[in-house]
Amino acid sequence: MELNVVSEEAPVSSAGGCASSSCGSTDDQLSHLPDAIREKVHNHPCYSEEAHHYFARMHVAVAPACNIQCHYCNRKYDCSNESRPGVVSELLTPEEAVMKTKAVAANIPQMTVLGIAGPGDPLANPERTFATFRMLSEQTPDIKLCVSTNGLALPDCVEELSKHNIDHVTITINTVDPDIGAQIYPWIYWNNRRIYGVKGAKILIEQQQKGLEMLTERGILVKVNSVMIPGVNDQHLKEVSRIVKAKGAFLHNVMPLIAEAEHGTFYGVMGQRGPEPDELQALQDECAGDMNMMRHCRQCRADAVGLLGEDRGEEFTLDKIAEMNVDYGKAMKVRAEVHAGIAEELAEKQAKKARLVTPDEPLRKGHQRPVLMAVATSGQGVINQHFGHATEFLVYEASHTGVRFIGHRKVDQYCIGGDTCGEKESALSGSIRALAGCEVVLCAKIGFEPWEQLETAGIKPNGEHAMEPIDDAILEVYQEMIESGALDAAPLHLSHASA
Amino acid sequence: MSLEIVDSCVSCHACYDVCPSNAIEMSALQKHFVIDPKKCTECEGDYADPQCASICPIEETILNASGIPINPLGSLTGIPPEKMEEVMREIQAR
Repeated sequence: MELNVVSEEAPVSSAGGCASSSCGSTDDQLSHLPDAIREKVHNHPCYSEEAHHYFARMHVAVAPACNIQCHYCNRKYDCSNESRPGVVSELLTPEEAVMKTKAVAANIPQMTVLGIAGPGDPLANPERTFATFRMLSEQTPDIKLCVSTNGLALPDCVEELSKHNIDHVTITINTVDPDIGAQIYPWIYWNNRRIYGVKGAKILIEQQQKGLEMLTERGILVKVNSVMIPGVNDQHLKEVSRIVKAKGAFLHNVMPLIAEAEHGTFYGVMGQRGPEPDELQALQDECAGDMNMMRHCRQCRADAVGLLGEDRGEEFTLDKIAEMNVDYGKAMKVRAEVHAGIAEELAEKQAKKARLVTPDEPLRKGHQRPVLMAVATSGQGVINQHFGHATEFLVYEASHTGVRFIGHRKVDQYCIGGDTCGEKESALSGSIRALAGCEVVLCAKIGFEPWEQLETAGIKPNGEHAMEPIDDAILEVYQEMIESGALDAAPLHLSHASA
Repeated sequence: MSLEIVDSCVSCHACYDVCPSNAIEMSALQKHFVIDPKKCTECEGDYADPQCASICPIEETILNASGIPINPLGSLTGIPPEKMEEVMREIQAR
């Protein structure tokens, strides 16, 4: 018997039942969306979990100014080893941004999406942002354009946004309650004044909600990002999710707070903690309902280049792209071929899955407990990375209803900067810590030393499924675990912990 | 009568965009934005508050005509200066 591969919007309740009407009948996280929206997002790595294994994105850092302060942001910090939103190495003029976009598009043909995400707020830099979009929509018509914003200036920009045919906008909405807002946003710049506290937060919230409504009225796709800040807005985000969905947002992305003292942010310095992976997953599940939740976000830098989870920005610095002579007409032909090839591969994959699907029949009577498995992959939806080379692992949950994507775990999360650079814990112990809660790690290859240490930590390394599709391999390993009776006992890492 | 930008400026352009007198320019020499004292009016007649100092995100970066920071330490981030010092000392000690 085969297990279904269920989509990520089909959450499995702890009782083993299925909370989603689409469970068992869908094979793609976007399948509940109208065709017109699916057409817009099927090759967008940030919007489609499936697409993010194949298609790449880039950000151009043309928007340095900001009109608000967030407690998780520090405008001073720039470290090339650090990866988080708001950080860039090289600010670009709109002309330089266009040159860089063409260079990346020609060299990484699977790059389908160009976003402007900062390092400040793109809509607080309307001239630079819109000059860039104007040139790109003329010169690189095969690239999708998108923008992210805190929403303060959004209502004033909707008209301009719809003119440039930007059909994807991300709004960061952390709260709909001004009192909570005052704990996240110390001030905003509004009508030529700096406005502090609850009063400022109230204006920001009103502008965000108004902007969201205006965009969805015009048929522009809106994704909402929320930063989960334990003890500040974590419980409240369920209400945020309900409201933004009712107003027409098509995807909600709940991301963990990144807060380290070394970043010099308010939350970092004041000791505000970020959520643990299981807390994030629980909140994402609670927010889901029948709404599409995004779980593959990598919270990338405002100048990131490449597949999600990788950053090839170093290959495209200004001095390097100055030497690349790009013939964009030629590049577009190559790109079209590459995109068609990927589309074919994806269609084959879908067809294969469809053949495997069996109706909602549990694998066994008496539900087996679910198992978390980590995967080392560098893209294409297959297990193709050496354990020691992985800078992140994708985490999946296998259960009697099938496989669902849970999220990713970064290994060397952030450069800790300055004097402490080079004193990081060993990469291996970092990897093992990142895998907490997982019982199996699937990779292309793995060395002897990590193998032993993983086993000691209660995580079973598995290199037998190299180059196989992720979902298929996880199902096979889960089936083996069931058959061997491994699931009758408590998870290994728990019995180790109590031993 | 003029405000001044000092070298803690991170060149984020925010002040440059909102100055009503076009008094702010990038200094190639100092590698950050500077205010032309001949053009700066401290926004008198245009706005209630000087615009550069109302949007600048970095504390102690814009000084008034007497050389005193308009946004003192802790006023924009909300981090008490003594807490910041304590945490920075801990990081250095690691």
